[in-house]
Amino acid sequence: MTPSQPMSQAMPAAELREQDHAAIADIVGIKEQTLFQRFLASQAFWVAIALFVLVVFMTWLEPSFGTSSNVTNITRNFAPIAIMGLGMTVVLITGGIDLSVGSVMGLVAIVAGLLLTWHQPWYVAFGAGLLAGLACGAFNGFFVAYVGMPSFVVTLGMLSIARSLAVVLSGNQMLYQFGADAPIVKAIGQAKWPLREPAGWAPAWMPEFSSHFWVMVVLALIVGFWFNFTAWARHLFAIGGNENAARMTGVPVDWIKFQAYVFSAFTASIASLLLLGYSGSAINAMGTGYELRVIAGTVIGGASLMGGYGTAFGAVIGAAFLEVIRNALLMAGIDSNWQGAFVGGFIILAVLLGMQTSGRSLRGMLEGMFTGKHK
Amino acid sequence: MALLDVRSISKSFGAIRALSEVDFSVQAGEVVGLMGDNGAGKSTMVKLIAGNFPPSEGEIVVGGKVCHFHKPIEARAEGIEVVYQDLALADNLTAAQNVFLGREIRKGIWPFRVLNKQAMIDRAAELFAELKSETRPRDLVKKMSGGQRQAVAIARTRLSNAKLVLMDEPTAAISVRQVAEVLELIRRLKARGVSVMLISHRMPDVFAVCDRIIVLRRGSKVADKRTDTTSPEEITGLITGAIRDA
Ligand SMILES: Nc1ncnc2c1ncn2[C@@H]1O[C@H](COP(=O)(O)OP(=O)(O)OP(=O)(O)O)[C@@H](O)[C@H]1O
Ligand SMILES: [Mg+2]
Repeated sequence: MTPSQPMSQAMPAAELREQDHAAIADIVGIKEQTLFQRFLASQAFWVAIALFVLVVFMTWLEPSFGTSSNVTNITRNFAPIAIMGLGMTVVLITGGIDLSVGSVMGLVAIVAGLLLTWHQPWYVAFGAGLLAGLACGAFNGFFVAYVGMPSFVVTLGMLSIARSLAVVLSGNQMLYQFGADAPIVKAIGQAKWPLREPAGWAPAWMPEFSSHFWVMVVLALIVGFWFNFTAWARHLFAIGGNENAARMTGVPVDWIKFQAYVFSAFTASIASLLLLGYSGSAINAMGTGYELRVIAGTVIGGASLMGGYGTAFGAVIGAAFLEVIRNALLMAGIDSNWQGAFVGGFIILAVLLGMQTSGRSLRGMLEGMFTGKHK
Repeated sequence: MALLDVRSISKSFGAIRALSEVDFSVQAGEVVGLMGDNGAGKSTMVKLIAGNFPPSEGEIVVGGKVCHFHKPIEARAEGIEVVYQDLALADNLTAAQNVFLGREIRKGIWPFRVLNKQAMIDRAAELFAELKSETRPRDLVKKMSGGQRQAVAIARTRLSNAKLVLMDEPTAAISVRQVAEVLELIRRLKARGVSVMLISHRMPDVFAVCDRIIVLRRGSKVADKRTDTTSPEEITGLITGAIRDA
C-alpha cells in the first residue's frame, strides 16, 4: 500500500461530509415559508402578544381601564392613527416616507370646514376636502416618483406648505358655525355601533365602537386583502426590495410610487374628516405632530423604513399599542407631555430591533445574550 | 439561418470607441463564450443586444429580422433575455414571486382580479425541476445561495420562452459548488434548444460549457473559434494581445 492511497480515500469522504453538511443547511437554514411561520416570525405578531399582556395587566391594575367605555375611547383614539398608518405603510414599503400626513389633515379639515360654514351640503364639503388632500398626495407623488427627489425632502416641504395653506385659508380662526348639514357631519364623526339599550340591543359589557373604529377595520381588511392578493401589491413590495429589478422586469415603478403617496394622503383625508365630524369643528392645527405617531405606529407594527416590508395588521396593532401605552400612562398619573418622549423612544427602539447589520440583527444579538449562544 | 446575427456593429460613447465593426452570429441551441480583458467591450455588446441602447453603426438581426431596439422590453419581445448577477431579484420576495414579477398569473374578473398564487407556485416548481435545481418556489430569495439566485433568474427566462439568454459574469463572486450549479443550468438551457451567450473571465467555466468562443480586444473581434479547436493558452494569448489574430 502506498502512502497516497489513504489520502485518495479520505478525499471523497471529506466531500461526502461536506455534502451532508449542505443538505442539513438546506433543511435547517432555508425553511420553506408557510403562512403560519411567516406569522410567527413577524414583528406584528409579537407586538400583538405584548399588547395583549399589557391590556390584561392594566385591567388587573386599574379596573377602570377595562371598562367598555374606556375601550370605546381607546379604539376611537387610535383609529385615525391606524387609518393613516395603512397609507404610511404603503409608502414605507416603496422605501419612501410621508412626513406630510399631519399637515394634510389640517388642510383637509379647513377646506371642508370652510365649505360647511358657507352652507354647502356635507358631501360637497367632504368631497372638496378629499380633493385637497389628494392634490397634496399627487404633488408628493409627482416629485418623488417622476422627478426622482427624495421623499423626505418633498414631503417635508409639503408638511410646511399644507399647514401654511390651512392657516391662511382659515384666517387663523376655528371654524364651527357649520350650516344646515352640521348634524350630519357630527353624526358621521360620532356614530357608534352596536348601541346599548334603549337605543340598541348591545349588552352593557360590550363596547360601543365608534365610526372611526369601523372605518379603520374596513380599510385594514381592504388593504390586507390588497397586499396579499393583487399584482399591484406584489409590485409595490418588489419596488421596496429592489427598485432596479422591478423596473427591469417591466413593473410600472413610477406610477405605483405615485399612487402610494396619493393613497397615503387619501387615508390622512379620511382620518381628518372623521375627526372633523367628531369635534364638530375645524382647526388648522389638526394633526400637528401626527406624522411621528403614525410612523412610530407602523414601524412598531413591523414596517421597515428601508422598504420592502409592512402589513395592514401591523399598522393597526402598532397604533393600538401606542395608544394603550399612552392611556396607561395617563391612568398611572404620569404627565401626558411625556407622550412625545415615548413615541420617539419607540421609533428608535422599533427600528433598532428590526435593523440588520451585516446579516446579523440586534434581535439575534439580544437572543444570543440571553441564551448564551453566539451566532 | 442564425438566431442572432450581429453585423458590423460599432458603438461610441463620445470619443471612446467601445466597439468597432464586430460581426458574429449565434445559432439556435448554441452556447457562445464572449471573452476579453477589462474594457474590451463585452458588457457593451450585451447591452446592445439586450436593447439597453442602440448601436452607433451596424445592425442586429434576430431570426432574419433587422431590429432596432431602444428599450430592453423590445428585445424581450424578440425572445432575448438577460440574466444579471445581482441586479434583477427582489430579496424580500420568494423565488416564485420573483420568477413571475411583472408577469403575474391572475384569476377572476375586475375588480376582483386576484393573484393565482397556486398556479404560479406550481409553474415555478416545474421550471426549477426542469432546470434540475433544488430551489423551492416559496423560499425567500434573501436566504438563497448565489447558485440558487441564478436558478431563479434563469427560470424567469424560461417562463418567457426566451430564445437567447445573455449572461454577464454569472459566475463571478460565487462559490465553487455554486459555479458548478450555474454551469449545469446553462447545459439545461442548451438541452432545451435555448442559445446562451456567456460572458466570463473564468477560463475553465467557458471551456466547460461553450461550443464557441469569441474574443474581443479593445472593441474589435480578434477570434471566433470552436472550443474543441482551441486551448485556454491560445485564448489567453488572444485576450492579452500576445497572439495577434487567429
Ligand atoms: N455608458 C458609457 N459611457 C461611456 N463609456 C462607456 C460606457 N459604457 C462603457 N464605456 C466604455 O466602453 C469601454 C468598454 O466597456 P465594457 O463595459 O463594455 O467593457 P467590458 O468588456 O465589459 O469590461 P469588464 O470586463 O471590466 O466588465 C470601456 O472603455 C468603458 O469605459
Ligand atoms: Mg463588463
